[in-house]
Amino acid sequence: MRILINGEPRETGARTLGELCAALELGGGKIATAVNGTFVPARARDGHRLHPRDEIEIVSPRQGG
Amino acid sequence: MLRLYGKDYSTRLLLGTAGYPSPQVLREAVEAAGAQIVTVSLRREAARERAGQRFWELIKELGVDVLPNTAGCRTVKEAVTTAQMARELFATPWVKLEVIGNDDTLQPDLFGLVEAARILNREGFQVFPYTTEDLGAAERLIEAGCEVLMPWGAPIGSGQGLANPRALASMRAYFPDTPLIVDAGVGAPSHAAEAMEMGYDAVLLNTAVAKAGDPARMAVAFARGIEAGRLAHEAGMMEPRDMASPSTPVAGTPFFKLDNAS
Repeated sequence: MRILINGEPRETGARTLGELCAALELGGGKIATAVNGTFVPARARDGHRLHPRDEIEIVSPRQGG
Repeated sequence: MLRLYGKDYSTRLLLGTAGYPSPQVLREAVEAAGAQIVTVSLRREAARERAGQRFWELIKELGVDVLPNTAGCRTVKEAVTTAQMARELFATPWVKLEVIGNDDTLQPDLFGLVEAARILNREGFQVFPYTTEDLGAAERLIEAGCEVLMPWGAPIGSGQGLANPRALASMRAYFPDTPLIVDAGVGAPSHAAEAMEMGYDAVLLNTAVAKAGDPARMAVAFARGIEAGRLAHEAGMMEPRDMASPSTPVAGTPFFKLDNAS
């Protein structure tokens, strides 16, 4: 299905957010996630089913002021 | 001691981590400043780059507390979701809450700020709102559960110093028991010293150190300016006066004659 990852259109076979993060090789990384503007905690990623056109944010720590 | 949400700190300089020439220079600046709290952010992670992981390793090595921000957020929803992601990433209930209302001045959207602060406080966050010197907004933020306020000195990254010192002074007087941190717009150690002389509890700055010719030396300059201003505030400064007043005792002045004494 077609989804948006960090603002970019992508095709994915992942059924859940957990599978998507694993497919991107980010599963074990220092990341946080949101789907369609709503926070999805790490423990809920495996149970969070993805749908076509979902907008997914995957973020990590960065410098800030 | 600086007390923020029940935690005590011996230094009153909070340092941002963005815009340094290299991670090594950032490390040197944080160490030179003696900073115990640094601000951090979160950004989109590109697969396999692991930029976030490397930055996080550096922060952990520094052994400082982190204050994650919601920089760039323009709506309540964005700010709340960003804060929730930051809490999980950085394992802290602290959040520097920014809801930006204007792209040119980066001034806070005070209405959105109060609403987001209310939501986040209810969810157990400890909110450091980036606000203006507006007293009404400050009262709303305190009502919403904020125990610390961070009014701007001047627009973020402008280096103008305290653009509205009278308003900042009345804010200090109006909220004598709330920790107040001047955040943003500070360009020189003298600006930071001025805020501390006024009785502000701490100063948060980033660009003035990160973009200095020698960030580590500038970090020291700010640390000393802040310390000097704090000492002056604690010592009690004299009131300025319009006319001269001789500091050397007048009594016993040699060659003194009564006709001179008018």
